[in-house]
Amino acid sequence: MSSTAINKRRIAVAVARKDLTIEWNSRILVNQVAPFAAIVMVLFAFALDNDGILERVAPGLVWLATLFSMLVVIQRSFTVESADGALDALRVAGVDMGAIFVGKAIALMVQLFVLELMLVATAVVLYGVEMTMAGFCEAIVTLVVATVGLGSVGTLYGGLAAGARGRETLLPLLLLPAVAPVLIGATRATEAAFGSGGTTVSEGWPWIGLLLVFAVLFCAVGTVAFGPLIDE
Amino acid sequence: MDTVIELSGVVAVLGQFPALAGVDLTVQRGEIVLLQGPNGAGKTSLLRVCAGLMPIERGTGHVLGIDLATNREAIRSRVGLLGHANGLYLDLTVMQNLQFWASTVASTASEVSSAMATMRIDGRLSGIKASQLSAGQRRRCALASLIVRRAEIWLLDEPHAGLDAAGRDELDALLRSAVGSGATVVLASHERDRALGLATRTVTIDGGGAA
Repeated sequence: MSSTAINKRRIAVAVARKDLTIEWNSRILVNQVAPFAAIVMVLFAFALDNDGILERVAPGLVWLATLFSMLVVIQRSFTVESADGALDALRVAGVDMGAIFVGKAIALMVQLFVLELMLVATAVVLYGVEMTMAGFCEAIVTLVVATVGLGSVGTLYGGLAAGARGRETLLPLLLLPAVAPVLIGATRATEAAFGSGGTTVSEGWPWIGLLLVFAVLFCAVGTVAFGPLIDE
Repeated sequence: MDTVIELSGVVAVLGQFPALAGVDLTVQRGEIVLLQGPNGAGKTSLLRVCAGLMPIERGTGHVLGIDLATNREAIRSRVGLLGHANGLYLDLTVMQNLQFWASTVASTASEVSSAMATMRIDGRLSGIKASQLSAGQRRRCALASLIVRRAEIWLLDEPHAGLDAAGRDELDALLRSAVGSGATVVLASHERDRALGLATRTVTIDGGGAA
């Protein structure tokens, strides 16, 4: 491995560890985002509580709650960078922006994955979802692949919105349309994993393949585009 | 002495506005150079040119032997630019901030310890979150991060801003100590009397040019 690649890997690991340490120190995910996501799930349950609708729409609700919560996590991820000019300091110091993107995306993915596990567990308890072992395995694979896509595109758009005026409202406007394909793919794959509406586990794998394509695409685009976007 | 900054007839443009109009500047290693001049004179632009952040339109410039016209990005990792913000993560402790900066350039634990000793950051202070520090303590932490990053030239834009009298005295002492350890400092400050006592040389910038 070349020294440039080693440097990039070292920076990416440092940035991911730093973001996760910030979360550990501040407990924003645990104390604020997770309760917010749980409240969204409970409100869905109140709104749709009749004739077994909840069990059928549970996969979509899990991913909608994930998207809403993700907005908060991304805002937080870039607020800590701008509060005392830290991201600017990294840029000024010539730290590789592609490596920073990878590090921040990994930290975001870890946080999202924990959140999604909690939301799936909430769906099982609140919405009466039942899964086979094969469905459980498919659900885990879906979470992992969808999380890579969401983490990548979320970090890219978070960085883009971070320097803009009105970033709190700009981020959802930019991000939600961009993640629509992931939402559709993840919902279909999760439906298969949950067996919602009579679907079978095997019907989910093509959607997971689609999620994988998006994940690779968003990772590649983010690594290349993050630096120029931040510089702008 | 070793020349670390050498600018000759440098012109730099900010948008359509000529921020620097033919600046000549030479800085030797170990100097503390004060840039003084009115608001809008071009002090900050000059610091940003030296940091490799602003391109030069005309003239020639070398920082640490690196050509500003052809390879200015390579300068960034060898100089430290500190403006009004400190570049700290407020939810990390002082030690965690320094360890993060150290990991971006593969500095060792002993280099972190040495930087903390130079900036008089003791064990108690190192465990406090940056958000709980005073303005002066944050400045010290930011300067320590420059040492950890092995910045050879410190470009400081209004370093005394936001500090009380004791904090300013302490900052001056720390800068002298850092220069004693091999750093070179170029600072822009409106605190003329204070900075004159600190600087080994003064350069006046007016209308985008050094006089």
